[in-house]
Amino acid sequence: MKMKTLAAMALAGSMAAGTAMADLVIPDLSYRTGPYAAGGTPFSDGYQDYFALLNARDGGIGGEAVRVIECETAYNTERGVECYEATKGEGALIYQPLSTGITYQLIPRATADNIPLHTMGYGRTSAANGEVFNWVFNYPANYWDAASVAVNYLLDENGGSLDGKTIALVYHNSAYGKEPIRTLEELSAMHGFTLTQLAVDHPGQEQKSQWLQIRRERPDYVLMWGWGVMNQVAVQEAANIGFPMENFIGNWWAGAEHDVTPAGMAANGYKSLNMNPVIDYPVLAEIQSLVHDAGNAAGDGSHLGSVLYVRGMYAAMLAAEAIAKAQEIHGVANVTPAMVRDGMEALEITNARMTELGMEGIGPEFAVTCQNHGGAGQGLVQQWNASSGVWEPLTGFISPDASVIAPLVAEDSAAFAAESGITPGCL
Amino acid sequence: MLYREAGDFKTSYQADSQTFPIAFDRWRYWAVLVIAFCVVPFFVNAYWANAILVPFLIYAIAAIGLNILTGYCGQVSLGTGGFMAVGAYACYKLMTSFPDVSIVIHIILAGGITAAVGATFGLPSLRIKGFYLAVATLAAQFFLVWMFNKVAWFYNYSASGQITAPERFVAGVAVTGPNTAPWAQYMICLVFLTVCALIARNLTRGTIGRSWMAIRDMDIAAEIIGVNPLKAKLTAFAVSSFFIGISGALFFAVYLGAVEVGEAFGIQKSFLVLFMIIIGGLGSLFGSFAGAAFLVLLPVALKVIGVDVLGWPTDLVAHLQLVIVGGLIMFFLIKEPHGLAQLWRLAKEKLRLWPFPY
Repeated sequence: MKMKTLAAMALAGSMAAGTAMADLVIPDLSYRTGPYAAGGTPFSDGYQDYFALLNARDGGIGGEAVRVIECETAYNTERGVECYEATKGEGALIYQPLSTGITYQLIPRATADNIPLHTMGYGRTSAANGEVFNWVFNYPANYWDAASVAVNYLLDENGGSLDGKTIALVYHNSAYGKEPIRTLEELSAMHGFTLTQLAVDHPGQEQKSQWLQIRRERPDYVLMWGWGVMNQVAVQEAANIGFPMENFIGNWWAGAEHDVTPAGMAANGYKSLNMNPVIDYPVLAEIQSLVHDAGNAAGDGSHLGSVLYVRGMYAAMLAAEAIAKAQEIHGVANVTPAMVRDGMEALEITNARMTELGMEGIGPEFAVTCQNHGGAGQGLVQQWNASSGVWEPLTGFISPDASVIAPLVAEDSAAFAAESGITPGCL
Repeated sequence: MLYREAGDFKTSYQADSQTFPIAFDRWRYWAVLVIAFCVVPFFVNAYWANAILVPFLIYAIAAIGLNILTGYCGQVSLGTGGFMAVGAYACYKLMTSFPDVSIVIHIILAGGITAAVGATFGLPSLRIKGFYLAVATLAAQFFLVWMFNKVAWFYNYSASGQITAPERFVAGVAVTGPNTAPWAQYMICLVFLTVCALIARNLTRGTIGRSWMAIRDMDIAAEIIGVNPLKAKLTAFAVSSFFIGISGALFFAVYLGAVEVGEAFGIQKSFLVLFMIIIGGLGSLFGSFAGAAFLVLLPVALKVIGVDVLGWPTDLVAHLQLVIVGGLIMFFLIKEPHGLAQLWRLAKEKLRLWPFPY
């Protein structure tokens, strides 16, 4: 005990040494180790490189330099909490943990500390109701949107009816994987398809029995809510049982290059959702010349232009736009977390602005309001072409079925509000 | 010079059999308690509470629990994570079903429920030992995690399968939920740890503890001299699970506030607590504290040194951390199989003889 106190004091001394400077602090809760590193690394590289580009090209946002603090979570909630506590004292403006588990930890903490949380396409779906979740944003889309987009795409494929079809959901057995079930159950009752649920336990390397069941039951379609090593294993297993790849659709966290390349040509035709089509954005060339060629690339610099790199960059762009908006609203350059929240709530992303930023078509147009923190909810379907090694967009942005999702969001957020004693309202 | 029995006269049987026979140890013990209760709460901030002190206190309770079973009674268990999950889910169900009852009672009841579950899973220990028992407890680990994932009643049918601790108060101060002050989090864990450690210390010194140790050292001989193996083993499982259940309840309600069973109480948690008692020292309460402190502090210390001081990339530090923790475990197993507690014991022996060792 005594030894511990001494060690603790020594630690306190070293912590105090790294004091904060007056600039815009963005923590990056990344994971470059563990079974989910394959997805965490490119996302974090894209996130950091975009801020490095802003610093190099524009001198930051509104003249204030951006300082990114990276903290390794290994997709582990305890370490996520440690990272949050370690970075929030530095003046963190916005958190993007890229983990549904850590998001659930941070929602009450960030709300109590008045720091905005942006969980783009993951986290708690009902946070789309901004009257209950004042500090949490999940634009441009969430899991329930993804489920609905996937079903809408299948409806389109089948001439508007899924009656009598069977759809199997292969999901990561965690909060992340369970999120879409409620929506899919609702949709299955509405459209008359049968839903089979197949859970895959963390980290997802063991999927033999699930795919044997798929082989036995022969569902018409397989949807997958996977992440990390689980995706690669699932694509390989699907190839092993000869499941037709074009009927296998992953969500937007199960559709990156590293998920399909291990299976080689067998992965050809695998489909996934995406919220950011991968095309040759002009901004990537700028990052190459101003950040990578200057030797400031995050990580090893090998992920430039990959699906998750682009998504990380997209997340950084949305954060930077929200900060710029906050600077505009409050008229100060050195904004506080509360001002950034106001900026996020007033955020409007238009095609003209995306083109101006060199990211034409990276996402749908949307405007955030106090009532709707969830954005447009659109996603597109892409297909893997194994011979050329690219994800080819098959569709434009597909809208989810708001008539199904809105009541579910209202119901779940009302339950949360009752549980935690929140009176819904705008700040 | 200060550290010796000489001159410290014991005039009653009670004084003769006290926990700390040396006056210096007694003073040190009280000093630690005074610092922990009266000084630390005034200085603790959110980072210290959430990253270091609260996890240390909670893991210390879990390590004491496992140490009773494995260190004192010799029954190897790999089910710690599962039993912590029982404590957490029992606490959650009690908190949401009886919101008007004090959280302290809920945590103790959660410990009681875990004790019952632990004793049930301890039944096979009457027939099997060693590795075979370890595998049986491993089955408990997987079964319990699977059950909390599968049966929606345990997480009140929430869409994500997560359980979230509602806000609860002790004497008007929030101890769970997002608005908890760091000192309140720290104090409730400290009180539970102190009481648990006192109970454990007194149990291991008494009849029950001696029967556990007899079973550990040679179960056949113990049975011949009249120790009832059924009673000894099942009480060890029950008491051990009681402490582990309390630590699981605190881990969920006070420390994390929201957990997901597979991620928070997976097999890694069982191994982590087992490493704590192996590094700390089997069959020693001090070892439980030392092991918990070591494995909670080491990653944080390595991170602070690697990332904040030396400025290395975070992934390099995270990988180095795995290498260093693994290396240290091997080092301890080879160089000091009895753990940090044995180093402490040796240091005390040397101090007694100082400055004239022989």
